[in-house]
Amino acid sequence: MNHQGFLSFFLTAGCDNFAQAFKRSLVAAVWFVFLTFPIMVIRVNTIEKTVHWHWERMGYIAVAVFFGSFIWRWLLARKELKKDESKEETRVESLLTRVQSHPILKYSALVILAGMAAVFPKVFDLYQTNIMISCLLYIVLGLGLNIVVGLAGLLDLGFVAFYAVGAYAYALTNMHWGINFWYMLPVGALLGALLGVLLGFPVLRLKGDYLAIVTLGFGEIIRLVLENWGDVTMGPSGISSIDRPALFGIELGVIGSTHYMYYIMIGLMILTIFSVNRLQNSRIGRAWLALREDEIACQAMGIDKMKTKLMAFALGATWAGMAGVIFAAKTTFINPASFTFWESAIILSIVVIGGMGSIRGVIAGAVILILVPEYLRDFAEFRMLLFGAIMVLVMVFRPQGLISAKRKIYKYKTNTAGAPNE
Amino acid sequence: MDYFLELFLGGLTRGSIYALIALGYTMVYGIIELINFAHGEIYMIGAFTGLIVAGLLTMLGFPGISILAIAVVCAIIWAAAYGYTIEKVAYKPLRGAQRLSPLISAIGMSIFLQNYVMLSQTSDFLPFPELIPEFGFMEGLGSIMSSSELVIILATVAACIGLTLFIKFTKLGKAMRATAQNRKMAMLVGINVDMVISATFVIGSSLAAVGGVLIASHIGQINYFIGFIAGIKAFTAAVLGGIGSIPGAMLGALVLGLTEAFATGYVSSDYEDVFAFCLLVLILIFRPSGIMGKEKTQKV
Repeated sequence: MNHQGFLSFFLTAGCDNFAQAFKRSLVAAVWFVFLTFPIMVIRVNTIEKTVHWHWERMGYIAVAVFFGSFIWRWLLARKELKKDESKEETRVESLLTRVQSHPILKYSALVILAGMAAVFPKVFDLYQTNIMISCLLYIVLGLGLNIVVGLAGLLDLGFVAFYAVGAYAYALTNMHWGINFWYMLPVGALLGALLGVLLGFPVLRLKGDYLAIVTLGFGEIIRLVLENWGDVTMGPSGISSIDRPALFGIELGVIGSTHYMYYIMIGLMILTIFSVNRLQNSRIGRAWLALREDEIACQAMGIDKMKTKLMAFALGATWAGMAGVIFAAKTTFINPASFTFWESAIILSIVVIGGMGSIRGVIAGAVILILVPEYLRDFAEFRMLLFGAIMVLVMVFRPQGLISAKRKIYKYKTNTAGAPNE
Repeated sequence: MDYFLELFLGGLTRGSIYALIALGYTMVYGIIELINFAHGEIYMIGAFTGLIVAGLLTMLGFPGISILAIAVVCAIIWAAAYGYTIEKVAYKPLRGAQRLSPLISAIGMSIFLQNYVMLSQTSDFLPFPELIPEFGFMEGLGSIMSSSELVIILATVAACIGLTLFIKFTKLGKAMRATAQNRKMAMLVGINVDMVISATFVIGSSLAAVGGVLIASHIGQINYFIGFIAGIKAFTAAVLGGIGSIPGAMLGALVLGLTEAFATGYVSSDYEDVFAFCLLVLILIFRPSGIMGKEKTQKV
């Protein structure tokens, strides 16, 4: 499409002519000004009997909606046009694919990445390293939830419950019996898996929306219990001075243990990526994908639905349990406020925005959603607002996420023609 | 006995509020099979609109009862407008997509609306003026029931009756039932399905807004966060009664309200919200179709 054609398509997308497009945008702007009028413009204080007017916000809304509605219609029209064509790759994706398909490029890219990861804490300061640790933590959590939501298609809104269980398990055992981090890491994973099976067993009969709500309910029950069972969990005040992991019995200082934690996280992330990758292409992984696509057809093919679902739940929860232990060791303080529904929502949006079922997508999602708001401190208060908006926009315009998942394609080695490759 | 009666009436009030919100859930679910996660936020926005309007009118010196009426009307107008817009922006482009997509979009919308209100108003608890005046004839009953409780219960009963009649006898109500039954067929017989869906959102949102203003005036404070818990509870009520069924939503709300009131009164008030969630989990596990819902056989 030439330049002129693109501009006119952009301006009149979804409308007959320019005048109609202009009118529609104007109507949208007026409508949104009306819609946001009381909440955005007026602020009443009923005690001091004062009213604050923010008239300027009306102008912002009008301008933003007027221009935004052109973009909205253009994106919708583009999506409609593309519907018939096969899924197109974005530039980033095709670059990634190209890098991956050349062994030399692939390994050199991996070596560069590994080198960068190894020297990161030496180059950057403690603050940066800490942010990186939490980003890595979210990658692990995202990949764990990705097993449940992305691969098996079970919407779990209470994922943070498993995370909380891991964190509290380490915090409590450490506080009472002084148990070491390294002993608790596998125990946390095991507890996560166990709880996953326990929760999964009754609720996995439910489908789609109902499953989402029940898992949300479970997540909230766990949080409320942590908050109210003061004798054991210390209630809302939480548990403090949890031990950091020690290196072969040597106590490290703050800087040393942060660096140590960073390398532990890198190791765990590699382990997670490796395991999820292997799982994805295994028998159970393909059963998950089949389950996600069509439950009934999947059963007809002789897949044990219950076992497959339980497996997804348990394996997803395993990573959450481990991440929980690490979270407790990293922050040395936990309380129920870290395990609200919103935490689940953040992890879910990492998976959804990155690309459900795609490992690279989840990593990209975590980097974008955790790192970007950290560096844009001024935007920090808008973080959740943007999360919500991005979740809606991604679902509307790019339901497969930023980096869509690709099935592994098996090919016959022989050159006989017409080999099926799905 | 007085304690029992007090708990009973408290449960009735809670149940009424849940019913007003649950009707919106159940109507939307009945028509497009979507859990409208943002519905709780509509309730919250209704309450905030009520607060803003009531605050302005009090400062202008309007008489008591007219403030209530105007606040409720304004809350209905804006909540309905939000419901309409949300459907157009977040759900309509997703019709025909995978089932997970609109649900995630709804969660995103809910997060967005909460933070939108938090940023443009405040994250503090705001005091809400008492809009419902004490009635003279209530003096004898004063110890067990306040006039605002009476108003809430009566408003819910009126809304339920009105809605049932509306769905049964009006043209739009019939179109709604037809769309709920089979959307494609409804389209074939000339029903404007888009319009019906919009109308459903508008009606559901209006009921939630009434609930928002009344409960805020009853409790006396609001916060950007109130929609989340109220929404989950109302959803529980809708599921309890059988989602998609209007009398079911009312019954479910009543059961939930009474259960909560008695459980917090006789067991422990620390675990107030846990009871609702436990009830939800139990119901979904043992009778996923709810008290009045019908089992659906799945076609291949």
